[in-house]
Amino acid sequence: MDSLLAPFAYEFMQRAFVAALIVGLLCSVMGTYVVLRKLSFIGDGIAHASFAGIVIAYLRGVNYTIGAAVVAVITALGIGFVHRRAKVSLDTAIGVLFTGAFALGVFLMSRSTRTTVDLQSFLFGDILGVTRTDLAIIVALALVVAVVVAALWRPLLFTSFDPTVAEAAGIRAPLVDDILLVLLALTIIISLQSVGIVLVAALLVTPAAAAAQLTRRFVPMMLLSALLGVVSSVGGLYLSYSLRASSGATIVLLATMLFFVALAIGSRRRRPRSL
Amino acid sequence: MRYERVTALDGVTLSLEAGTALGIVGPNGSGKSTLLKTIAGLVAPTSGTVRVFGKAPRQLRAGTIGYVPQIEDVDWSFPANVRDVVAMGRFPRIPPFVPFRSVDREAVARAIAVLDLTDLADRHISQLSGGQQQRAFLARAIAQEPELLLLDEPTTGVDAATEEKLRVVVRELVADGMPVIMTTHDLDRAAEWFDRLAVVDRKILADGKPDEVLESGAYAGLREHTHIHGHARTEDRAP
Repeated sequence: MDSLLAPFAYEFMQRAFVAALIVGLLCSVMGTYVVLRKLSFIGDGIAHASFAGIVIAYLRGVNYTIGAAVVAVITALGIGFVHRRAKVSLDTAIGVLFTGAFALGVFLMSRSTRTTVDLQSFLFGDILGVTRTDLAIIVALALVVAVVVAALWRPLLFTSFDPTVAEAAGIRAPLVDDILLVLLALTIIISLQSVGIVLVAALLVTPAAAAAQLTRRFVPMMLLSALLGVVSSVGGLYLSYSLRASSGATIVLLATMLFFVALAIGSRRRRPRSL
Repeated sequence: MRYERVTALDGVTLSLEAGTALGIVGPNGSGKSTLLKTIAGLVAPTSGTVRVFGKAPRQLRAGTIGYVPQIEDVDWSFPANVRDVVAMGRFPRIPPFVPFRSVDREAVARAIAVLDLTDLADRHISQLSGGQQQRAFLARAIAQEPELLLLDEPTTGVDAATEEKLRVVVRELVADGMPVIMTTHDLDRAAEWFDRLAVVDRKILADGKPDEVLESGAYAGLREHTHIHGHARTEDRAP
């Protein structure tokens, strides 16, 4: 028993578990909209774009999360703007803006004479390094996202399914889209320290995609996605401790395994209908 | 008296009284769909104004306009059954943080019953026929309890039974005072569907009682015209 609870003995591990819980929950709930709107690319995009914010924050001595959040939100709104103004697909707008912002980060870093940022921890996450300040920022941002989603989940859902009719009915679809992009930006930023730039997209997409294998209704999908997300993040962190492996990678691997389990269950259930 | 005054396309002026069904006919590319989208506030008029109940469409209270587009290019694998889709009609009116109320549930159940979808309410949308899909989307618009209903060729591609069902439902709404604007290809039954019929081809060619409009030959002449210039017409088709 003692050995099972061993990871919780350290304060930094307790913080890590709280962070994992919040990140798992938030990513998987927001991921439901990401999957339904076919925006899987956005996790990658905004995460990479936020790198510019991290570098700027580093050069100015500001908290990384705040720097990343500012750049991520600007990029998210920029994506919405370019999408509408240039009449290109969201995927294209994401592709243009995130590479630009990422390049800005690399550019600024390459010109800096100071020792470079610990790139490894941003690329692959360092959930064990979550400080009290980090956790406070994570909790605050998570609350903002949770409150906005609780307020707007219906317009978000209607515009995900049928934006034209939703707009005719008086829902301001472009505004809802922008709000969703900003919420996604904040979610991604909250998750960066836990799973890193490279792997954050998985946490946003995989639990929701797994949930979609198991149910064909929206609310159950969101709840299942949340459950799978939390199991992945908290379970993955726990496993990484006993396996002495990278926490971000273990979390994402567990989520991927759960996806294939869901796929197997889902396709077994569907088979009788197709016969 | 309630009325909407509509100016769209090239100098189109239309106004519609409550409890009136206005049919819009015209060749492909004549701007019928654009006319509806403009009234719905989805397309901004390049010049002129659209007024619905005295306001610009985007200024109306949420839920005022019910719109059923011609082609629903939704993702049919979306996790929603018929009841879920119809329930979305209530969403514009429900304020943030407010749960789905019993009044919402009743409106959804009524709309489902009116369109004979009660037995299909729990069916996933991918498992519906074309006619059932069309009924589900009209049910969503009715559950919304709009003050103006816009229907874009709802009878295209549906079977005779569905068409008749749609007609009965629309006539009942009109009898209750709902103003309805609907585009159609079907001239034969125009008198059964509509109180007024307008022939549109970039501008209003005729507007009046269905029988009179059809007798005036405005549409017959148009057909010939369309036949000759049909090709050019489709190329500059409005979106």
